[in-house]
Amino acid sequence: MRLFTFQRAAEVSEAIAAAPGAAFLAGGTNLVDLMKIEVLNPERVLDISRLQLREIAVRDGGLQIGALASNTAVAEHEEVRRRAPALSEALLSGASPQLRNSATVGGNLMQRTRCAYYRDLATRCNKRQPGTGCDAIGGWTRMHAILGTSESCIAAHPSDMCVALYALDAAVRVRGPSGERELPVSDLHLLPGDHPEMEFALGPSDLIVSVRVPLNDLAARSRYVKVRDRQSYAFALASCAAAVQAPGGVVRLARFALGGVGTKPWRVPQAESWMQGRPASRETFTRAAEMALQGARPHRDNAFKVELAKRTAVRALMLSAGAQA
Amino acid sequence: MSQDIDKPYPRADGRAKVTGQARYSYEWPIAGVAYGVLVTSPIAKGRILSIDAKEAEKEPGVIAVLTPANAMKLPGGARPADGGDRVVQVLQDDRILYSNQPVALAVADTFERAFHAAARVQVRAQPEAFTVRLDDELRAAFPHDIRNSAGLQPADQSRGDVDSALLQADHRIEAEYGTPPETHNPLEPHATLAVWNGDHLTVYDATQGIFGVRKKLAHAFAVPPEQVRVITKFVGGGFGCKGSAWSHVVIAALAAKQLGRPVKIALTRPQMFGMVGGRPITRQRISAAATKEGRLTALRHQSLSSTSRFDDFIEPAALVSRHQYKCDHIQTLHRLVRLDIGTPTYMRAPGESSGSFALESAIDELAHELGIDPVELRLRNYAEVDPTEGKPFSSKSLRRCYELGMERFGWQKRSRRPELALRAGKLVGTGMATAGYPANFTKASALARMNPDGTVVVQSGAVDLGGGTYTVMAQVAADALGIPYDRVRFDLGDTQMPEAPRSGGSITAASVASAVEAACRNLRQKLDALGTLPTAPVEALGEVAPQEDRKKYALHSFGAQFAEVEVDPELGMVRVVRMVGVFAAGRILNARLARSQFMGGMIWGIGMALHEHAVYDENLGRIVTRDLADYHVPAHKDVVSIEPVFLPVEKDEIVDPAGVKGIGEIGITGAAAAIANAVFNATGKRVRSLPITPDKLL
Repeated sequence: MRLFTFQRAAEVSEAIAAAPGAAFLAGGTNLVDLMKIEVLNPERVLDISRLQLREIAVRDGGLQIGALASNTAVAEHEEVRRRAPALSEALLSGASPQLRNSATVGGNLMQRTRCAYYRDLATRCNKRQPGTGCDAIGGWTRMHAILGTSESCIAAHPSDMCVALYALDAAVRVRGPSGERELPVSDLHLLPGDHPEMEFALGPSDLIVSVRVPLNDLAARSRYVKVRDRQSYAFALASCAAAVQAPGGVVRLARFALGGVGTKPWRVPQAESWMQGRPASRETFTRAAEMALQGARPHRDNAFKVELAKRTAVRALMLSAGAQA
Repeated sequence: MSQDIDKPYPRADGRAKVTGQARYSYEWPIAGVAYGVLVTSPIAKGRILSIDAKEAEKEPGVIAVLTPANAMKLPGGARPADGGDRVVQVLQDDRILYSNQPVALAVADTFERAFHAAARVQVRAQPEAFTVRLDDELRAAFPHDIRNSAGLQPADQSRGDVDSALLQADHRIEAEYGTPPETHNPLEPHATLAVWNGDHLTVYDATQGIFGVRKKLAHAFAVPPEQVRVITKFVGGGFGCKGSAWSHVVIAALAAKQLGRPVKIALTRPQMFGMVGGRPITRQRISAAATKEGRLTALRHQSLSSTSRFDDFIEPAALVSRHQYKCDHIQTLHRLVRLDIGTPTYMRAPGESSGSFALESAIDELAHELGIDPVELRLRNYAEVDPTEGKPFSSKSLRRCYELGMERFGWQKRSRRPELALRAGKLVGTGMATAGYPANFTKASALARMNPDGTVVVQSGAVDLGGGTYTVMAQVAADALGIPYDRVRFDLGDTQMPEAPRSGGSITAASVASAVEAACRNLRQKLDALGTLPTAPVEALGEVAPQEDRKKYALHSFGAQFAEVEVDPELGMVRVVRMVGVFAAGRILNARLARSQFMGGMIWGIGMALHEHAVYDENLGRIVTRDLADYHVPAHKDVVSIEPVFLPVEKDEIVDPAGVKGIGEIGITGAAAAIANAVFNATGKRVRSLPITPDKLL
């Protein structure tokens, strides 16, 4: 680990003022891990873990989650479990209890990829060292993305929580030097394009302060399904957060987002709107899943993800709709 | 006579371990010790042009960066000390032979500073063409004899006429099975602390064999073995990878010598992938034939495994077919393929675990083909004598293992044909396989000393990998002396003690227990001659070695593994919900510890069947699953119900004086096959290439 300056912020405004050139430290489960293997080498680490941003509350028809609320606190929160179950299920399907106790919602939104090449200094990686090339492309791609990739980067987005937040139409509240703003969570993460090192739509002084999840009948029906190589503590091969409202067996409203397959959580609004008015059936869901996966570009080891993601989406949609196999 | 043997005493070292008192090799408080962190090769093959350490040397706390350009030349050279020793890469030349090979060592006053300095070292190398793909080198495959704990065995062995028997068969199956490269990853990584005092070297090393380490270092530094002392009080898991003295051991001693101060090196987790071995890839082809009644008429087992360019390690996967089933025509062949990788090594049941996956899957395929119950088919081909060499077994209780296993598991309720047996939306299937491992025994010695206060200390230069050597040897000694267990202390892990074998091939319990019994018997004689309690300590040495008589017999442990799986029919996720393993392994010294050993093996079988895979990037020649998030072993949720059962006593006076067969490895044998066979029973899909990941079942 390289030498760095450690600072601690007592107020949000203080954190924002001190932010440029620093890395925010919250739970540390991702940042410290990457610092230890020298993938991230910030000169300054700004500890924000003591800021008053832990509250989880229902307010104005939405769930307001402080950026420093732990994954465990959110996952086990009664209102979350009851009114946005996909969020709770997604959080519980990720990492281990120890990590979830430490990891925060803000940190999870900022989670870096688990691409094995990104983490290995002996390989080329455009995300780690812009312009050096990508050894993942043409390499071992089993865990990589098939959607949203570019010639520069095929790293999969690792978060489970974000997949649920995408499907739930969550918004991220950000505070910067010129005040607070809110952006849809789907706008937070950038596609790699030619600049995979640019991962977030955030300025150098921006601090995520909270997440807002609209609470409605659809969110209450949401479910999360994750397929992985072992029963716990593994990243998704494919996952899906889905929410379907289908009174009388006809889809009124449906949303779903895919994980493990995209360079960011993957949501295709056309596939969702296509389901409206159609029977809440395996056929409908299969077709919608196929639409969402259109344009998938598999690599040598991850062609299976096209079929697996489809089946995972169908399973999640069926679960949410309460439909029988 | 006390009856301390067989009692399920808890681990003698358990409390020390859970309270942090147990001192592992990296943790000895040695004044002035410096921290070494290895710099490893980013490329798979080539020549080092230069190593730029200027930036690293500027970092605070950095003491030195050793490279092939400035490292001292080893007086004894880097060659192996003997036939059982590995070829190592210890900063003596500019060759890069595999990715992640050590090429330099950063030494600093703290671990963090050394790590950071190591990351600053720039290696410039001239790359050369290489391959890590088995297919690229198939034509250069060559036969290689097998040297393991059971002795020297030929690469190929043949009995009868397999070709004709295959042609004439009623029923025949032929299939290829594969196991991937795997790595051990004990929780304690490899670690060495070296201290020179003049020409005398003391090394604290995370090893399975202190005398092998001593021999290696004495050879490298051209000093008499008596001037090298190796101490290993606790090992945080070995599983085979700590069976050899690898590069870092020599480099630590080299750095300590050159820098004139103690130096310690612990491998980082990513460094565990390449330079300290792993299970090689195997590709195995099995042809088997049987009459319609299920009598095995031919069995051919060909195994191909990988080794490095510069050293020979063979995974003897076809050995299992030499001993398992009665058959008049058996042929077994072993071939090696050289790749540009680090040398593979022994990994829990080397040969038997990978080989039993192939053989026991094939027998299951045959059972399915013939419509005969898998246990029944095995009983119809039960080997009463060793099928290849015709020798009688010293003891064999496999029939009882099958019976007990069927009963405990509820095998009779099994549905024979793969069909859709749904439980909460999951396909359910069951499978079984035979387990087996050689009963190894070798030369060992121990010293027993009675103090005037009536307490006894017994010493032997063995190690305790976590299996319970401290505990069971104290029990054996107490029993042999007829005194209570709590009056005996067993001490180990120091080359100043009587010599014991490397702990590998399930050899320690059998060999060291026999030596401890001999020492205690001799001590007892001395005490009896004395007539009264001694006023000064009385000592006696015990030495044992295999007798010629042993060669007249086939010596093995056997067992039967049963598994039940649930498979998601659409998403392909497999969960092993239940395993029962029944083992007959001679005399069991401590039921509690034995249970843990068997259980650990069975759980590893889940990992082998479903998870473990050290993936090579073929363009880089580098393992890319370099940590425990990417290299999967079973997590708690993957382990549901594991029930090891063992025959408390399987009488065997031939294997070794103690009647112990060793249980470190048999628990994993057959386990992966039982699970794969259960997956077939559940889904109708036969996965012949491990691990069985969801994509293979879509």
